[in-house]
Amino acid sequence: MIRRIVLLLPILFSLASCSKKQEVGIPVGQFASLTGAQATFGQSTDNGVRLALDEVNASGGVLGQPLRLITKDNQSKPGETSTAVRELITRSKVVALIGEVASGRSLEAAPIAQRSGIPMITPASTNEKVTEVGDHIFRVCFIDPFQGTVCAKFARKLGAKKAAVLTDVSKDYSLGLAKSFKEEFVKEGGMITGQQSYSGGDKDFSAQLTAVKADNPDVIFLPAYYTEAPLIIRQARQLGITVPFIGGDGWDSPELVAVGGPAVEGCYFSNHFSNQSTDPKVVEFVKAYRAKYNTDPDAMVALGYDSLKLLADAMKRAGTTNPAKVTAALAATKDFVGVTGKITLDAHRNPNKPAVILQVKDGKFSYVETIAP
Amino acid sequence: MHEFLQQVINGLSLGAIYALIALGYSMVYGVLKFINFAHGDVLMIGAFAGFYAVPMIHGIFPDPWTTTAAVLIWSMAVCAVLGVVIERLAYRPLRNQPKLAVLITSIGVSLLLSYGGQILFGVNQKAFPDLLPPIRVSLGSSVTISGNHLLVMAVTLLLLVALRETIQRTRFGLALRALSQNRDAAALMGVNSNAVISLTFAVGSALAGAAGVLYAMNIHSIEPLMGTLPGIKAFVAAVLGGIGSMPGAAVGGLLLGLTECLLGGSDLSSYRDAIAFGILILILLVRPSGLFGSSAAEKV
Repeated sequence: MIRRIVLLLPILFSLASCSKKQEVGIPVGQFASLTGAQATFGQSTDNGVRLALDEVNASGGVLGQPLRLITKDNQSKPGETSTAVRELITRSKVVALIGEVASGRSLEAAPIAQRSGIPMITPASTNEKVTEVGDHIFRVCFIDPFQGTVCAKFARKLGAKKAAVLTDVSKDYSLGLAKSFKEEFVKEGGMITGQQSYSGGDKDFSAQLTAVKADNPDVIFLPAYYTEAPLIIRQARQLGITVPFIGGDGWDSPELVAVGGPAVEGCYFSNHFSNQSTDPKVVEFVKAYRAKYNTDPDAMVALGYDSLKLLADAMKRAGTTNPAKVTAALAATKDFVGVTGKITLDAHRNPNKPAVILQVKDGKFSYVETIAP
Repeated sequence: MHEFLQQVINGLSLGAIYALIALGYSMVYGVLKFINFAHGDVLMIGAFAGFYAVPMIHGIFPDPWTTTAAVLIWSMAVCAVLGVVIERLAYRPLRNQPKLAVLITSIGVSLLLSYGGQILFGVNQKAFPDLLPPIRVSLGSSVTISGNHLLVMAVTLLLLVALRETIQRTRFGLALRALSQNRDAAALMGVNSNAVISLTFAVGSALAGAAGVLYAMNIHSIEPLMGTLPGIKAFVAAVLGGIGSMPGAAVGGLLLGLTECLLGGSDLSSYRDAIAFGILILILLVRPSGLFGSSAAEKV
């Protein structure tokens, strides 16, 4: 008997130390693709969220309490997000969720958040369907129809008459962008010459690119993620395709240039944010980010930052961390000044924000112009 | 018409890579009657071995073609050693256990290599350097072959011929053929089955190593999970050709590559994989043992 008690002692001690380490602060959950195929997206938003967290907590937290961030990695894989989100809600008892860049994975999390009555802010999922899931789902970025429209307008501005579209059929994001690009480009008097598709994870695109080349387009719209975009562009250059490619915010990663090299020079993409902006708020943000991470922030960083700041702001306005009240406060967001622009959420919980066009120049993303909605 | 010819060239080049990988599956199956699912990840290791060796090799041989040849040989050597080590550590202890145990182990080795690779090499994809100058050989008015495609086809042809000669004319080849007919009988005739199996893994993995470098040169990037998809497709190619048959693996690979490219460039590109694999199912329904498989009935 005594031996049994002695054997149990360490277990009892560890249990005791667990309960003693009762963590303080308001639990906020984040799910992100910290590893896997779209790792830089998740890492960027996480960096932005943590910078905002530090700032919020340094200035006294929210309602007298610090925010406590619990982050789960979904490895960029389908299926992992729902596990992560359920765990955050049931085990960590989070009062709000911040998550995902990829629309497909946000769509996986949204119904769970909606059913549990927990507000969820997606930093960068631009597919319309995400916030349509329910009244608890919000976003701080613009939506695909707008982004596709912006790209089409810009392509016409470049003087392009014929455009080819290369879509990733496995991504809601890519399909949404392609659809609105095609509609707007035709409306503006252009012609869509070729439509080809591939499936995420494909590596060899020579077949589709050979078909695209045969149609001789002036510009190629490529709503891909940074993982495939540089491969496709490099393979296109190998096949002798010299026209510029235009893409969406999915291109925004240092890897676009690291993998694409000289092949991606001169290509354009629409984005949420340019770190070259002279807006004092952005300048200050870029400086703070550099001090903490020793590199320049990209748009995913900025959106992650805005997500947490908006959440903290909503909690302050609600005067409580009760999820239902925070949801109501988020829905009433008006003229919230973020680093990605002024955020006013409409009835569909989408902000109305301008987009910027960036061009790859000397391995950097340089600002071309802002296109308002 | 030009576009069709161009797609045929793309398809042959992609198919040649599948063929190289498929040979490894088929050789191992021929001898041990199990599918080595870690084969695709050996390809990935080959590509990374090449990637890290390029700067050093480039320092020794400034000429691009010699560099490419040296990188290929280096990757093949690394993979050959890796293949032997995997067989010795993971598969040999299970030699006389049920086939299912080895199969599951090979899936384990595959996961170990790919996720170990994520830790070792990082998760992000890296740009694979352009080893060859961007030359394009014109065939007729608008059909061209890039240097990379030429290289893939030439190397594959060379390796296929070398493999055929090895299997038909050397003592190792004879032992390999004996072993694939009946392992126990071959052992009774004095064939050192362990040595032959090690050598089979070495040769199969070396082919995967070469395929890894060629694949990386064509897609211009490498990452630790890059081996999975070509691995699965090459496995299908091996089954299509008749698993265990060398010519079958080569023909299966080429067929799959051609189908993929011809469909990929058409209006049906969204359904490319679905149609390609649908055709494979049809072929297997008609010829269950594959195009070149021996359909000898089991003796009772």
